[in-house]
Amino acid sequence: MKDRFNLYRFASPATFYPLAGAMIPYFAAVAVVFGLAGLYIGMLVAPTDFQQGEGYRIIFIHVPASWMSMFIYLVMAFWAAIGLAFNTRLSGMMAQALAPTGALMAFLSLWTGALWGKPMWGTWWVWDARLTSELILLFLYIGYMALTAAIDDTRRADKAGGLLLLVGVVNIPIIYFSVKWWNTLHQGSSVNLTKSSMAETMLWGMLLMAMCFWMYSIAMALMRVRTIMLERERHTDWVRAELAGDGK
Amino acid sequence: MIHWNSFADFLAMGGYGLYVWGSFGVTALIMAVEPIMVARNRKTTIARLKRQLRAESRNASE
Repeated sequence: MKDRFNLYRFASPATFYPLAGAMIPYFAAVAVVFGLAGLYIGMLVAPTDFQQGEGYRIIFIHVPASWMSMFIYLVMAFWAAIGLAFNTRLSGMMAQALAPTGALMAFLSLWTGALWGKPMWGTWWVWDARLTSELILLFLYIGYMALTAAIDDTRRADKAGGLLLLVGVVNIPIIYFSVKWWNTLHQGSSVNLTKSSMAETMLWGMLLMAMCFWMYSIAMALMRVRTIMLERERHTDWVRAELAGDGK
Repeated sequence: MIHWNSFADFLAMGGYGLYVWGSFGVTALIMAVEPIMVARNRKTTIARLKRQLRAESRNASE
């Protein structure tokens, strides 16, 4: 038994900290590679859309940002559930580290959506289901950050924040299915598992950009979680040793 | 394989330049500024924690 690879070891901040530090450059490098490839295909190679002309190219950031805004929230809710159920230290730190990037992704989704909506629908904004629920997602991120920042005791902050995350998770399927459930200006999904309504180069451009956003978000969260670990574990031996060294 | 005839064509985005570049510009800005902010926050946090650690060890030795 004692030789078995132990996954739980990585739930310990002292083990996770150096591991995360070693992985950040790789995630960053891969994000750049995917980003350059995605931009090359999306902006230089992909053909004009027969309905939306060149304006459709906003899709190459709008869709990845929207996907990430929903996915990051799900990951935070997952960590919140783990934290509330098992009282693990790492989970609160992970949720905390992901929130700002998630909020930025939600903002980018709304921003690029407005810039896409204006030329295509004739309006920056409508109060329809898809747009409103995405706006609520942005408010959930901001609410989570404000709530946890307002509570001094980190354990209590994590608990309160975790509850907010779990209650708010109901919003994610609402965003996702809103284009099916309600009449909306927003178009349906362009991609699903069985078929795609897009030209092949367009699809590739979008998937590459999505991978870029994915890797970028992981790199950001890992960078942030390392700082949070030092801060929260400052009274432990491993952080003291880390700070006594070069502390990088 | 390149879709555009000229650089001006590329910039104009078939008349959608403002919307397309407005989207890509703000995204690029955020993705450039966020890592800088995170790195800066890390630096100041480490400096503060080191200060606290030194203060604590001074107090302990007195």
